[in-house]
Amino acid sequence: MSNLLQIKNIRKTFPGVVALDTISLSIARGEIHTLLGENGAGKSTLMNVLTGLYRPDRGEILLDGVSIQLNSPRDSLAMGIGMVHQHFMLVSAHTVFENILLALEGVPNFYSRRTYRQKVQKVLDAFELDLDLDSPVWKLSIGAQQWIELIKLLVRDCRLLILDEPTAVLTPQESARLFQVLTRLRDQGKSILFISHKMREVMEISDRVTVLKKGRSLVSLSRGEYDESRLASLMIGEDQIPMWIKPACKYEQLALEIKNLSARNDRGLADLDNFNMKLYRGQILGVAGVAGNGQKALAEVLTGLKEASSGRILAEGRDITNSTARSSYIAGIAHIPEDRKSIGIAPDMTVGDNLIMKNFASRAFRRWIFQDRAAIRRNASAKINEFAIKAGPDGNPVRYLSGGNIQKVIIARELSEKPAVLVALYPTRGLDIGSAEYVHKVIIDGANQGMSTILISEDLDELLKLSDQIVVMFRGRLVGCVDPQATTREEIGLLMSGEVQS
Amino acid sequence: MLEILLDATVRAGTPILFATLGAIINERAGIINLGIEGLMLIGALAGFAGTQASGSLLIGVVAAFVAALLAGSIHGFITVQLRGNQIVSGLALTMFGIGITALFGRSMVGLTIAGFERVAIPGLSGLPLIGKAFFNQDLLIYFSFFLVVAIALFFYRTRWGLALRTVGENPAAADTCGVPVILTRFLAVAIGSGIVGIGGAYLSLATTPMWIENMTAGRGWIAVALVIFASWSSYRALAGAYLFGGITAMQLRFQAMGTTVSVHILQMMPYFFTILVLVISTIRLQKGASQQPENLGQPYDREDRK
Ligand SMILES: Nc1ncnc2c1ncn2[C@@H]1O[C@H](COP(=O)(O)OP(=O)(O)OP(=O)(O)O)[C@@H](O)[C@H]1O
Ligand SMILES: [Mg+2]
Repeated sequence: MSNLLQIKNIRKTFPGVVALDTISLSIARGEIHTLLGENGAGKSTLMNVLTGLYRPDRGEILLDGVSIQLNSPRDSLAMGIGMVHQHFMLVSAHTVFENILLALEGVPNFYSRRTYRQKVQKVLDAFELDLDLDSPVWKLSIGAQQWIELIKLLVRDCRLLILDEPTAVLTPQESARLFQVLTRLRDQGKSILFISHKMREVMEISDRVTVLKKGRSLVSLSRGEYDESRLASLMIGEDQIPMWIKPACKYEQLALEIKNLSARNDRGLADLDNFNMKLYRGQILGVAGVAGNGQKALAEVLTGLKEASSGRILAEGRDITNSTARSSYIAGIAHIPEDRKSIGIAPDMTVGDNLIMKNFASRAFRRWIFQDRAAIRRNASAKINEFAIKAGPDGNPVRYLSGGNIQKVIIARELSEKPAVLVALYPTRGLDIGSAEYVHKVIIDGANQGMSTILISEDLDELLKLSDQIVVMFRGRLVGCVDPQATTREEIGLLMSGEVQS
Repeated sequence: MLEILLDATVRAGTPILFATLGAIINERAGIINLGIEGLMLIGALAGFAGTQASGSLLIGVVAAFVAALLAGSIHGFITVQLRGNQIVSGLALTMFGIGITALFGRSMVGLTIAGFERVAIPGLSGLPLIGKAFFNQDLLIYFSFFLVVAIALFFYRTRWGLALRTVGENPAAADTCGVPVILTRFLAVAIGSGIVGIGGAYLSLATTPMWIENMTAGRGWIAVALVIFASWSSYRALAGAYLFGGITAMQLRFQAMGTTVSVHILQMMPYFFTILVLVISTIRLQKGASQQPENLGQPYDREDRK
């Protein structure tokens, strides 16, 4: 029998939520098996069951045809099941070396620092990662942190590797490198369970795809039995993908002007270097670039999270350069943070409270000095409906939500105040295709009503589809500006690599 | 004069040093222990009773360690296994310690034992100025030096130490690496508590070889505060404990010289200064990155989402 793992009728409930209803699927040896499903379909929950973090209410897991009981991650690791979690399992105060060391197998208690540092360094070199072993993890970019998570899995000798949305924060180039590694592992006979919302990747790498919907496994299809639209329609079902028509920007009224803007990072290097840009009312300006070329700094300076070292930002003629997040908000700049789990939400507060966090003092949500709980609840259920947020029972803290649904809460909140300028940093990261389309529609609708958007994204398809104009960033500078109707992916790629300027 | 002052500093600082080290082990694993004062008292009484009954100081120290370890296990069980509130459980432990030692200590009041004697280390004890203070002391003080270094090496040079620190920083990360989080936390609380107990025993076996009700006089609380001053490092714990010891030594000196300042004011000084230093060092800490274990005070539940 060539099935490595078989899952039979797994059910898992949390108070007020059926996360997994009945799930059955099997994973063969030497295959890359992709799980596809909407946000909140139960993908991560199922993976956590497989690694012993969650104990299922009922159902059976068979490994090599033998029924197994997984009581802890320790058990599953012992059976050769390893996982990269959707939310990082890193110790941010510890160094890169310490984080990886704990994941290594067979390290003696009194280990030789020299030997193991060399060992870890060798692994980093093998993946062409330029990381300082002694730098604490919190100082690293989110992409680098993702690589450390991947390495923690890859240094182990696992039979089944589970990767829960590993590519959400990787650049397309990095994802390609990861896929090379995964294919090699597959050819060695290992099984890989992979989760992603990016259709391009799913089509490229999967040998088999299983579609999950509302906690049930719908079908498993082998390569050749599916195409992109078949998978999409299975996943979304009878729900409609929203339709929209993009208006052409008129380039009449200036909404935002950035003049010679520079900003430095923690290490004193230039994140933004003499950056110039103009944004018109109703315009959607796409910003392309390989991650780490100043996009995040641009978003942070615009929203007031970071100070500019020189240069000016003019909002409809007013200078708002070094104003705080609040006053830039008054000028109508909203922001969807990149690292949503740590700065986007207050994890212990309810969905309703998180939704009004930006305008809790507004008259709509208070009566004199007291909160108007009824209004807050009304607002919550309206937003939950509008954005199709899977929020669980009333009063559920936000941290219980699935990754994509947390992202939707943030988007709903940021757009609630009808900002004049929206800075969207990777807004559709981790969203299923239906939700991503919905966010696109919201941005377009905003543009129709005069909202200007700075759309920072790594997804070229997204940029080409939405933008009136695409600018390319390289090393904190603007190196090119292209018209999405007239350009090609190759041209943008060349600009992103910094080899040419237009 | 300075030599005598240094000597008194080390002797007054040692019980607090042990207690701080024990508390650091607790907090590195993510568990706040406000029962330090109670554990010190339990250690002091158990140490005294053990020595009194057996005539052996070693048995006394072991008794102090074991008794405090057992008492600390209650706190461990409540906070780690049952995920109870760490503040409440710790405070209860202190009250439990004060009560139970008062009860069982009644028969010990007035008894005497032969306490720890000084053992000079040949060569080193002849060093000018620091020789007498650091190398002509009793065995427990030497043991405390050893412990300071051993704990630092344990934290930063062993795999178990790394596991323990990870459990305090991010238990989910430790769990997914196969570290048994609950067991690690429990052991850290139990063993850390045992070391706190030795600090108590130092008072009843070396400082003043007898049992006096409530003889710790708030030193446990100073230890709790010093953990923060020491930013969870054993070397800085040594500095903090000796700071407290030094001011204690100085105020005793003042008393002996016969000043007009009230004794009560003088006795207040060590506490006052330690708290002052603590406040200043915390202000400094807040500017930079915090050293505090990220999940300090948070119970770990595998099925809960963080
Ligand atoms: N520990 C938990 N406590 C309460 N509810 C939970 C918990 N874990 C998951 N859930 C709920 O289970 C459902 C499925 O969540 P899950 O994270 O598995 O979704 P997902 O398919 O991974 O979605 P995404 O693509 O957004 O990551 C969600 O409604 C979520 O709120
Ligand atoms: Mg998920």
